[in-house]
Amino acid sequence: MTCQDHKDSMMAYLDNELDEAQKQAFEAHLASCPKCQQELEEFKTLKQITDGVELVEPEDRLWQQYWGGVYNRIERGIGWVVFSVAGILLLIYGGFTAIENVITDPGISALLKVGLLALLVGLAILFVSVVRERIFFWSKDRYKDVRR
Amino acid sequence: MWGSYGSTREAFEAIVNRHMKDAYFIALGLVGNREDALELSQEAFYRAYKHFDQLNAPEKFFPWFYQILRNLCFSHLRKRKVRRAYAMGADDSGIGSDEPGSAASAAGQEAAAATMPDTYDPEMVAERNESKDRLWKAIGQLDEKHREVIVLRHFRNLSYDDMAKVLFCNRGTVTSRLYYARKRLKEILDRESGCPTADGSDREPRKGGQTV
Repeated sequence: MTCQDHKDSMMAYLDNELDEAQKQAFEAHLASCPKCQQELEEFKTLKQITDGVELVEPEDRLWQQYWGGVYNRIERGIGWVVFSVAGILLLIYGGFTAIENVITDPGISALLKVGLLALLVGLAILFVSVVRERIFFWSKDRYKDVRR
Repeated sequence: MWGSYGSTREAFEAIVNRHMKDAYFIALGLVGNREDALELSQEAFYRAYKHFDQLNAPEKFFPWFYQILRNLCFSHLRKRKVRRAYAMGADDSGIGSDEPGSAASAAGQEAAAATMPDTYDPEMVAERNESKDRLWKAIGQLDEKHREVIVLRHFRNLSYDDMAKVLFCNRGTVTSRLYYARKRLKEILDRESGCPTADGSDREPRKGGQTV
């Protein structure tokens, strides 16, 4: 085995993650390899500094209020969904009422009525086209059932 | 329906209480300041809640959640770097976005953002001294995959097996990544302190045989 093969063992040795046989094999290599000995010493010094770095523990209040912060987001998310659904329903209702009023109003010219209908038919075609495209891609998506 | 919502919420609250410290400290290690760490870790829990039904087994929660958290943190860092690069570019040149050549300057600023180190708040280190401050700043200069192994190993004390689970890789990849992360950390610290750097001849190989 070369030094390169022992690089990973060196990390596991440093972090006490080797079993007894692996440890002995690495120590045997170490005894005959001054380059790996030097590298291990450098890594030991680095590990000593890294192990000495501890992050500031926040005050207890942060942990007590933590779930509250997550819950607020969940609640707002649900609020937005309900608000959006209600908004869409109201828009659809308002739209239909407005169209009905325009079509049944004898004072509005036929050309405007035809134009408005054409606009709505165009929008409906676009909507159906997008939905069909999404369904087509979804049915062909090989990863749709991949779940962790 | 509401009963099911209530029981899911209670189960999720228990999960949040169990993992909030890991989530906060990992985010802190990845982004370097308290406000962002709190914000991002809570947002990650919210996103996990939205897709909670996709989780097949509760014991797989943490590795699954970790992927959400790390993606959020790294995406936040990329946006922050680009904003900083643009702010610095605007300060330096004082030009508006409608100046000729602004597309080239935008590309330049994005390239500058990619090489810009992340700023790590030294106040986050307990019992500070010069070497700890230098190390904390050096972690902010590591790239994503190296930073995360250092954070998981040193700030959350994860074993190699647990790291392999959360990183969705094997133990060999964990040890190899740790080796190159520490090597890189050593190079940064040597450079900052003015000592000769390692020759970098055995840097981590990339796919296709190129070096990083």
